[in-house]
Amino acid sequence: MRILIKGGRVIDPANTVDEILDLLIEDGKIIQMSRNVSGDTLHSTGRGKSSKGSKSQTNGIGPIDRAMDATGLVVCPGLIDMHVHLRQPGREDKETIASGTMAAARGGFTAVCCMPNTDPVNDTRAVTEFILDAAKREGAVQVYPVGAITKGLKGEELAEIGELFEAGCVAVSDDGRPVMSAELMRRAMEYAAMFDLPVIQHSEDLHLSGRGVVHEGFVSTDLGLRGIPSASEAVMVARDLLLAELTGARLHIAHVSAAESVRLIREAKTRGVRVSCEVTPHHLALTEEAVHGFSTHAKMNPPLRSEADRQALIEGLRDGAIDVIATDHAPHTVQEKEQEFDQAPFGVIGLETALAVTLTTLVHPGVLTLSQAMGKFTSEPARILKLPKGRIAEGADADLTIFDPTREWEVDAGAFASKSRNTPFHGWRLKGQTVATLVAGKVVWEAS
Amino acid sequence: MGLAGKDLLSMRGLTVDEIRLILDTAESMKEVARRDIKKVPALRGKTLINLFYEPSTRTRTSFEIAGKWLSADVINISISSSSVAKGESLKDTGLTLQAMHPDVVVIRHPSAGAAEFLARRLAASIINAGDGAHEHPSQALLDLFTIREKVGRLEGLKVAIIGDIAHSRVARSNIHGMQKMGMEVRVAGPRTMLPRFVERLGVEVFTNLDRAIAEVDVIMMLRLQTERQQAGLFPSLREYSRLFGLTVERLKAAKSNVLIMHPGPINRGVEIAPDVADGPYSLILNQVENGLAVRMALLYLLAGGGQTG
Repeated sequence: MRILIKGGRVIDPANTVDEILDLLIEDGKIIQMSRNVSGDTLHSTGRGKSSKGSKSQTNGIGPIDRAMDATGLVVCPGLIDMHVHLRQPGREDKETIASGTMAAARGGFTAVCCMPNTDPVNDTRAVTEFILDAAKREGAVQVYPVGAITKGLKGEELAEIGELFEAGCVAVSDDGRPVMSAELMRRAMEYAAMFDLPVIQHSEDLHLSGRGVVHEGFVSTDLGLRGIPSASEAVMVARDLLLAELTGARLHIAHVSAAESVRLIREAKTRGVRVSCEVTPHHLALTEEAVHGFSTHAKMNPPLRSEADRQALIEGLRDGAIDVIATDHAPHTVQEKEQEFDQAPFGVIGLETALAVTLTTLVHPGVLTLSQAMGKFTSEPARILKLPKGRIAEGADADLTIFDPTREWEVDAGAFASKSRNTPFHGWRLKGQTVATLVAGKVVWEAS
Repeated sequence: MGLAGKDLLSMRGLTVDEIRLILDTAESMKEVARRDIKKVPALRGKTLINLFYEPSTRTRTSFEIAGKWLSADVINISISSSSVAKGESLKDTGLTLQAMHPDVVVIRHPSAGAAEFLARRLAASIINAGDGAHEHPSQALLDLFTIREKVGRLEGLKVAIIGDIAHSRVARSNIHGMQKMGMEVRVAGPRTMLPRFVERLGVEVFTNLDRAIAEVDVIMMLRLQTERQQAGLFPSLREYSRLFGLTVERLKAAKSNVLIMHPGPINRGVEIAPDVADGPYSLILNQVENGLAVRMALLYLLAGGGQTG
C-alpha cells in the first residue's frame, strides 16, 4: 500500500519542520518526504479529497494506491494522548477499547495510554496482555497500557512493576487515586527507576480534598459545594518533587490544575529534577465558573480552578514548565452523570474535542504557535514515554494526523464515537477539525 | 404582578420586587393564620408534596400546615439520605412524582443543586426547602418578614450572622436576600467555618464576636453542628461557646435594643444562652410563626394563580 499525501503544511515539532511538503508512505513507513514528490502528473479530486482505485503513475516514484490532497491542511505526527480511560475490562458500558480508540482516531490521536483503574485493575501481566490483545484485534489506534503502581491501586504494596514493564506497560500510575504514603511513593520511584519507567502521579492529598467536589474558591462558597483547595494538589506535587530529587527517578505529574503546582514544577525543572507534567484541554479552556447551574459535566478531579490558575497553566505551556496536553478522557454513563452534583462521578471525555479546543482557545488567539501546540501532543509525550512515535521522518512509522486548522464545527456529543457523552463542550463552536488519521500507513478514520 | 418563574430555588434568583410581593402577601396570610377558623379555599384541588431527604420538623411541618390552611392536599414523603445510595435516583423519584401531577413539590435534600435538578425536569413548581449548604430561601424570607414586621423597614439595617457560615444555607440565602433589601450584612465565626472568599459576597468578615455585634440592629445566630468538632473545625463545645456563644454578658457589646434571631433548632448553652434565647429581644418564636405566613404566601403565589410567567 502506497499513499501519497500531497501539498500539506507538514508540522513536525520534533525536527522543527513547518513547511509545505509531500509525504510518500509505503508499508506503514514514511519513505519519502520532500517538496513535490510526485511532480505535476498526479490528478487530485480537490482539497481534502483523494483519488482512489486505479493506480496512478507519477513521476519517478512508481505507482501509488492513493493520493491525498492536503492542500490547505496541516499534516503532523499522529497525536498521542498519554492519559485516557478506556474502561475495558470491567466497565464496557462506559467505553471499550474499540469505541475509545475510534474516538481517539476521530480526534486525530494515533496512540493512547490507558490508565490501569479498570476492573480488574491492570496490575498484572495478564491484564496488560488482555488489553494489548484486544487493542490489536479491535483497536483503531495504538494502545500503550499504563500499569498500576500498587496492587489493586490500594496504595499498600507495590505491583509487579518489572513484569508489567516486560508485558508492555510504558509507565506506572495509580491514577484516580494518589499514592498517599510518602514512603511507598519513594519505593515505587526507586523500583520503577530500574526500568526507567516514569511514575505518573495523580497528585492529591486526600485529607485536604476531604469530600470536596469542586475547586475551593468563590464559586464553591457561592454555591455551597464542598471545595478541593489548590493546596490539595500542590502539597502532593511538592512532596513528590522532593522524592524525585531523592531517588533520581522520573516523575510525571498528571493533569496539573493549580498555579502553585506549575510554579513548583518550573522551579524543580531548573534544578534538574526529572519531572514532566501534563494539562488537560478542559483545564485550559474552562474555569470554576462552568460549575454554575450545577452542571455535572463541569465536575472532574482535579476540579476546574480559577481564571488565575488557567492563566498560569497557559503560561506553563508557553515556557515549557508543562510538557504535554493530555485529555484524561474519563467516560461515564448518562445516568451516572444525571445525578445530584455531589453524587455524580468525577470526569469528562476529551478525545474528540482536544485538538479543536486547543486550536480554538490557544492557537487561533495567538497564545501558542501551531508548532508549540502540536509538540505538546506529539514529540513531548513520545519523549516522556520513550515511544518510537511523534515525529515525521523518512523511515519513521506513518502515524499521521491531517487536520483543517480553520474548519468550524459545532460539538455534538450525540455524534461521538465514544460510548459516553459527558463532555463540557457540547454545543460549542470550535475551529479546527480532523480530516484523516493514519496509523502505520493505514487510514483509520477519515472525514466524510 | 406575580413571581416570574415557576419555582422558588434561591434568594439569589429573586428580584427586589418579587421579595416585596412575597412579604406583602405574607402579611395578608398572617391575618388568616390568626383567625379562629384557619382555612381559606385558595389552593382547593391543588396537591402539595413535601419531599424530604433530611430530617426536619419545623420546615416540613410549616409547609404542611401552610398547605392545609390554604386547602391544598398535602402529602409528606421522607426518604432517609442513607437509603439514597441504594435507592431510586433523584431523577426517577422526580419523574414518578411528576406522573402523579402535583402542583408544588417542596424538596429538602443534602446535595446543593438538588432543587434546581428537579425544577429542570418537573412541570410542578419546586420550592427549595434547603439544598445542602446552598440555599434555604423560605427561611430567609421569613427572617426578612420578621425583621420588617418588628422594625417597620429593612433598608439601612445592619445584621450580624454568627456561626458556621461555611456549611449554612440559611446564611447564604439571608446574605443575598438582606443585601437585595438594602441591609448591611456582617458574618462572624471561627476562621475554620468561614468559607474562602466569603467577603466577595459583599459581607464584612469578623472572627471576634464583640466586634461583629457592635452597632448592629439584628444578630442572627446559626446552629452549631456538633459533629464539626470531629472534622477538626473547632476544639470543643466549651471553647466554641466561650468565643462565639451569645450570652447576656456578651450582649453588652451590642446595642441595647438589638434583635436576636435563630433559625432553630437551638443548642441552648452552646451558640446561644437560654436567657438570651428566651429574652425580651428574641424573635425566635416570631420566626416560627411567621414561617407559616411566608410559606402560605409562597404556595399561594406559585400555585394559586399569583404567577405571571
